[in-house]
Formats: sequence, C-alpha cells, structure tokens
Amino acid sequence: MAEAIFEVFRGDREGGQPATYRVPIAPGMVVLDALHHIQAHQAPDLAVRWNCKAGKCGSCSAEVNGRPRLTCKTRMDALPLDKPITVQPMKAFPVIKDLVTDVSWNYRVNKKIPPFEPRPGTDWKIYQEDVDRAQEFRKCIECFLCQDVCHVLREHEEMEQFAGPRFFVRVAALEMHPLDSKSRTRMLKEELGIGLCNITKCCTEVCPEEIHITDNAIIPLKERVVDEFYDPVLMLVRKIRGEK
Amino acid sequence: MTTEYETHEHDVLIIGAGGAGLRAALGALAQGARVGVVCKSLLGKAHTVMAEGGIAAAMANVDTADDWRTHFRDTMRGGKLLNNWRMAQIHAQEAPERVRELEQWGALFDRTEDGQILQRAFGGHTFRRLCHVGDRTGLEMIRTLQDRGVQLGIDVYMECTISRLLKDGDRVAGAFGYWREQGRFVVFRAKSIVMATGGIGKAWKITSNSWEYTGDGMALAYGAGAELMDMEFVQFHPTGMVWPPGVQGILVTEAVRGEGGVLRNKLGQRFMEKYDPKKLDLSTRDVVARAIYTEVREGRGTEHGGAYLDISQKPADYVKKKLPSMYHQFKELADVDITKGPMEVGPTCHYMMGGIRVDAETAKSSVSGLFAAGEAAAGLHGANRLGGNSLSDLLVFGRRAGMAAAEHANHVSTTALDSGQIEEAAREMLAPFERDAGESPYTVHRDLQETMQNLVGIFRNKEDLIRALEELEKLKERAGRVSVEGSRLFNPGWHLAQDLKAMLTVSEAVTRSALAREESRGAHSRIDHPGLDATWGTKNNVIVREGSAMMLRQSAVPELPGDLKQLVAEEK
Ligand SMILES: Cc1cc2nc3c(=O)[nH]c(=O)nc-3n(C[C@H](O)[C@H](O)[C@H](O)COP(=O)(O)OP(=O)(O)OC[C@H]3O[C@@H](n4cnc5c(N)ncnc54)[C@H](O)[C@@H]3O)c2cc1C
Ligand code: SF4
Ligand code: SF4
Ligand code: FES
Repeated sequence: MAEAIFEVFRGDREGGQPATYRVPIAPGMVVLDALHHIQAHQAPDLAVRWNCKAGKCGSCSAEVNGRPRLTCKTRMDALPLDKPITVQPMKAFPVIKDLVTDVSWNYRVNKKIPPFEPRPGTDWKIYQEDVDRAQEFRKCIECFLCQDVCHVLREHEEMEQFAGPRFFVRVAALEMHPLDSKSRTRMLKEELGIGLCNITKCCTEVCPEEIHITDNAIIPLKERVVDEFYDPVLMLVRKIRGEK
Repeated sequence: MTTEYETHEHDVLIIGAGGAGLRAALGALAQGARVGVVCKSLLGKAHTVMAEGGIAAAMANVDTADDWRTHFRDTMRGGKLLNNWRMAQIHAQEAPERVRELEQWGALFDRTEDGQILQRAFGGHTFRRLCHVGDRTGLEMIRTLQDRGVQLGIDVYMECTISRLLKDGDRVAGAFGYWREQGRFVVFRAKSIVMATGGIGKAWKITSNSWEYTGDGMALAYGAGAELMDMEFVQFHPTGMVWPPGVQGILVTEAVRGEGGVLRNKLGQRFMEKYDPKKLDLSTRDVVARAIYTEVREGRGTEHGGAYLDISQKPADYVKKKLPSMYHQFKELADVDITKGPMEVGPTCHYMMGGIRVDAETAKSSVSGLFAAGEAAAGLHGANRLGGNSLSDLLVFGRRAGMAAAEHANHVSTTALDSGQIEEAAREMLAPFERDAGESPYTVHRDLQETMQNLVGIFRNKEDLIRALEELEKLKERAGRVSVEGSRLFNPGWHLAQDLKAMLTVSEAVTRSALAREESRGAHSRIDHPGLDATWGTKNNVIVREGSAMMLRQSAVPELPGDLKQLVAEEK
C-alpha cells in the first residue's frame, strides 16, 4: 500500500521538534485522517484539535507544508508525496502541545466588541438583499487561520494593538447588520487597530470559508474610519486605484 | 494521597456549551443566578455548530396554515406516540418565540420576499417549517447564543471535562473534572447542575458525530442515580457520505431533499415510491434509512454501497446558494460536483432520542438539583426525531432548564463537598497512568464501535443483542485495563480512556432497552418482531442504577388529554 511520510511537530511550551511517522494512504484521505491514524497506531498522546471533520467547526487548523490550513479539508492527493509532509502548529499562537495552540487571546479580543443592538422600534422586517452582505461575514467558523497568517500578528506580535482579520470580519457583520444601531468606528481605530492592516490580503487567501476579508470587510470598515478619522494606507490605496 | 485541585463556585453549573447549554445559561442568568458553563472543546465548537438544515418552528411565514397544533401532531406522529406529549406541546408552542428571540439577539436568517424568516420543507413536517441560514443554521445559532452569553457575563471553562458528579446526600453538590490543557483537576461546587452534554454517536463506527459525543452526561447522571429513558431509540440519519472512506458517515443534510433532492438506486428507480408513496423522499428518517439499507442489502446499492441522492436537476446557482456547504463538502472531499451529478449516501448514526428522563415543565431529572436539556435529555422525540426539532428543542428546553435550575438554586442551601468522593474521582482518572503495558484505549474503542455497528445497528434481533451484551462485558473488562502513554498535558489517549467508560455505560443501556422492546417502532427495528405492538406502544423503557447493576423497568407513557388525542388521530 502507498505510504506517506509525515513530520509532525511534537513538543510543548518548552520546545520540541518534528517526529517522523509513516502512514498508509487511502483514497480521498485528508491530513486529519493521517493524524488520527498516528494517534491510533503510533502516538496515542499526539495532541490535535478537531470536531466536525467537515470544515464546519474551525477546530483543526495547522500549518501543512508551511501553509495555514484546515487539516480536515487538506486532501493528501493534493500534496506531493515524494517528500515528507510537514505538519506544524499555527505559528502566531503559543504552543500548548504538539498541534494544539493557545488561542485564548482571540476570545479575549472578541469580548471587547460591543454586541448587536437593535434600532429601537424596529418591526423586524429584513429583506434578503440586506442580509446577503452581513451573512458572508457570519459564515466565519473561527478557525483563526487568518489570524495566523496576518503578518501584524505573526511576525510583529501586535496582539495588544491589533485585533486581527477575524475580528474585523466580526465587526463588519455587526456594522452591516441591517438593524444594528451601534457605531464601532472609533473602537476600530483606537482599540482594534485597523490602521495597522496594510491590505496585503494574505488573510483572504487562507480563509476556508472564502470570505472576502479584505475587500468586503476591512476596506469598507477602513472607509468608515477614514470618513471619521484619517487612515494613510487607505488614502494610498484610493490614490493608486484612482478613486477620489 | 491528597489530590490537588482548584475549586469554583456557582449557583448553576451547566455542563455543555452547545445550543442547550448556552440557552440554559441565558435562562439562568436572567433569573439572577451566578452561572458557569463547562465544555470539552473550545467555545463555539460543540455539535450545534454543525447543524445544517434548520430550526423547526410553526411561525407560518411561508405556509400560513401552520400552527403549533400541526407541529405538535407531526412531532407525536414522527415519534410514534412514544413522546412525552406535554414536552411536545410546550415545544411546538414555544419554538416560534425562541426563534424570534434569536433574531432579536442578532441572528440573521434567510428571508421571505416580504422580509420575514424563510422556512423550508423537511421530512415529516406537514408544512414548510424550518427556519434556516443556507445549510449552516447551527453556526448562526451557536454564535448568537455564545456572543450574548459572553457579553452578559457567564463564566466559560473551555476544554474542561467533567468526569463525575459529586453528591451531598441525595442531591447533587457539584462536579469533578480536569483541564485538558495541563491535565490538572478542578472541582465545581453548585446548587444546581444542568446536563447539556449532547449525544452518544461515537460508540458506533459510522457516525456523523464528533469525538465529543460519548454519552458523558447520560453516564454521569446515571452514575449519580438519575433515570435514563428511551435508550433503544438511536437515530440513523439516512444520508451520510459513503465515499471516500475517510469521510464515511459525515452528514448530508436533509435540506438536500427539502430543496428537492431525489433518491434513486443503482437501477435509477425512485425507490421511496415503494416505501412511502405519499411522502416519498421526505418521509421520516427511520423509514428512509431503512429503505436505503434494504435497497443496498438486496443488491440495488451504488458502487460504494449506498443510494444516489440527486439535486442536479435544480439550477446550479440555486444549489450553491441554498446548500453551499454541501456543495463544498462534496467538491472538496469527494470530487463530486453536486450541481452536475448525484451524491452517494447511506445511513449514519446521528442522534439520540433517549437520554436523561426529565420533567416536562422544568427539565428536572429524578435527582434533586440535576436538570437536563437538549440531546442529553429524553422525552420530546419519542421513538424518532423529526429533522429540525433538535435545534428548537435546545432553545425551548434549554431555557426552561436554566430557569428552573436557577429557581432551585434560590431555594436550597449551599452544598457540601465530600473529599472522599473527590479523592475517588481523582484516583479513577489517574488509574490508566499507573498501569503498565495495558491495551491502548484506541483498540478498545475500535472494537466497541464494531460491536455496536454490527450488533446494535439499524436492524436488530435477539441473538445479536444478546451477543452485544456479552461483548460489552468483555469490553468493559478491557477498558478497565487500558494504559496510557505520555503526560497529563493535552493527552487524547488519556481522554479516550475516560470516554470509554461513558460509552460503555450508554451502549449497555441502549442494548438492554433494545433487547427488551420486542416490536419495531420508529428508529428501533427488530427483524424478529417486525410490527408495532400495542402494549409496547404504552410503555417507555427506563434504566436506573442499583448498586453496580443496571436495572431496566417499564413506565407508562403519559396519556394524552382528550382534545390532543383527537388532534393526533386526525387524518389531514
Ligand atoms: C452534522 C449535523 C447536522 C445536524 N443538523 C441539524 C439540523 O439541521 N436541525 C436540527 O434540529 N438538528 C440538527 N442536528 C442535531 C443537533 O445539531 C444536535 O442534536 C444538537 O446540536 C445538540 O445540541 P446540544 O446542545 O444538546 O449538545 P451539543 O451542541 O453537542 O453540545 C454538547 C456540549 O457538551 C459538552 N460536553 C459533553 N460532555 C462533557 C463533559 N464530560 N464535560 C464537559 N462538557 C461536556 C461538549 O463539549 C459540548 O459543549 C445535526 C447534527 C449533526 C451532527
Ligand atoms: S490584509 Fe490586513 S488583516 Fe489581512 S493579512 Fe494583510 S495586514 Fe493582516
Ligand atoms: S475569517 Fe475565515 S480564516 Fe478567519 S477565522 Fe473566520 S473562517 Fe477562519
Ligand atoms: S474538524 Fe471541524 S473544521 Fe476541521
């Protein structure tokens, strides 16, 4: 039977290194299947998060061959098998053990964002064309892959100043809710640090839900901020695009 | 040995952070209780997040003739009249308000032309009744509840697993558990506890359920002396993926059929014409699952042993808009474009109708201070659950459980924790580390899944069930001898060693109940007793612990009041 060679990070907060495992390949197999195979046959204490195995819960994020991915949706037949497949924990977050990282920071950021507040006296009539936009953002499964790939968090570790793309998506969902009455613009600028985003679009590229994070969430939010304050990056983008 | 542990105190402790647990938390919070919520995974990853098709509620936005009575009747008939009628009534009456509430908390459902919540057709529902968001309704629901809960100040203990309930005399006093991250122990003291731990599907091989579904809540409640009910009724969803092997069992939402998808066998026949000529593909799940199983067994299955499910006659854009996650799921995991060709589907273990026996109004169990809601509780669905009736169940009875738990906490004194029980719980948790060269928990789990799949599956008979009980005895012994490698730090093998105990308890309860019920009703099909039996139609199986023995007895199904009886009997 065909085999794949895996190099999976094993370690904890203190450090660690990749361990090598050989796994037989079955048709249609995904990386998460291979990790489960390793658990069942070779390393029962290999730490991995997962729940749905169908790209719906956002638990199984890791870096496969250096790319942030959902391991339950990463097909083995889409990876070159002539060299070892590397599986590493998300780099932007501290390792707890093996592929499991400490993502609690995200939950703390989320808590800061003021929730939906309906307009007083609304009759709850909402039309499909008005929800389409916000529904895109509500697809987010909180896999935090966008957070992992964003250089502001990954390289510069600006966790204190910058909420990251996931939370711009969340704010966009709230701001574009047709019946929401709250403004989060000042917060975007002052607490969530949207100005630090320089629209590299890396987050959009890795989003498994295909949310157009930059174009549909971040840029419109930046525009709201600009309308109230001033954002040099967006000014530049507008200039390049020849917008007014 | 003195065990080291941290202690937290709440009025109401909720075990489980799915729809039921979170709604219970909000219910308890509204009564002014101090609320803690414990869950095995990260917040927002519970099963509820995976729910696809929708929430059943007779809002009558699309079919104006709908009302709670019709929803009630559909639920009772779907459950083959084994349901607790009062639960079914409360459920049907309160579901619309609970859905509206979600909307008021920020959920964005798909809309009708005139700006109301859109509703779709589902199996066993007379009218188009399922409020939905494409095929990711559960995600919308869990995010809405979770954001609200966090905002209002519930304490959430994530990746924390409860392994035992602590008692103070006859009442619950708290719970013992461990943090997955460091493997450290934790004790919660609480006056009321709500079990919202979900189902048991991980005891079967082919299942739509995740690693979390190991029946913990039912086993913990049973251990604490609570009654379990209707444990023979395990729902096999007719449409799970069958190919490729890695995705076997993953759910294909009933919304595919709700939106017009059609089942065919390898000969191209619409075989549902034979099994339920009236409701066809939208017959109840028990019927459709058996139909597919039968087609396959009689040699009319597809290449990989399933049936074809085809929605490609609908416009591609429509399919992508209404079933986006199914479209992606098949495209990415099975190389099938569902807008162009059929899917291959077959039955998968999906949902537990049985569970902790509760009071209809308050969701309280037979143990003082212990409540249960959602999939962990029994009663609403009887012998078979209709699609969409789970999400509404979570909201309706989650809220009621939370409120009643807070109310209870208001009226009782602080509980006392018994260090003896805590020491014992800790010893039990650590035992697999003490044993050398025992079996791996993974092999025991695999064999348990084989046993339940082969002997306690869709079709059952006496010999198989007796054999299953024998196998379960052996597996129990083996589970008591497993050893685990590595440290206490985030150790899945260690965790599975715990889970095994709960899975074995619920598996035994399922098997005993299935053996006792000598008839076929709803999701329970006995080849050796193929028809409905009138006497069994008046009885629920109830399981309770006596010492270390599992006792089974029957309890009368609560009788419907005259007007509702007539309503259920009406042909429409
Ligand atoms: C793929 C799929 C699709 C579905 N689609 C639909 C649908 O469209 N409509 C519908 O009505 N129903 C649907 N269902 C069924 C429905 O989603 C579930 O029945 C429902 O979500 C269960 O909710 P719950 O709150 O009872 O439990 P869950 O959401 O499963 O939550 C259980 C919680 O308990 C916690 N827990 C368990 N054990 C412990 C322990 N020992 N210690 C601490 N915490 C513990 C877990 O961590 C989790 O947080 C679907 C199910 C699946 C699997
Ligand atoms: S576009 Fe902005 S948020 Fe996205 S990765 Fe780049 S810098 Fe980060
Ligand atoms: S926005 Fe996309 S990438 Fe980011 S957390 Fe959500 S689903 Fe994941
Ligand atoms: S396991 Fe749920 S997204 Fe991968």
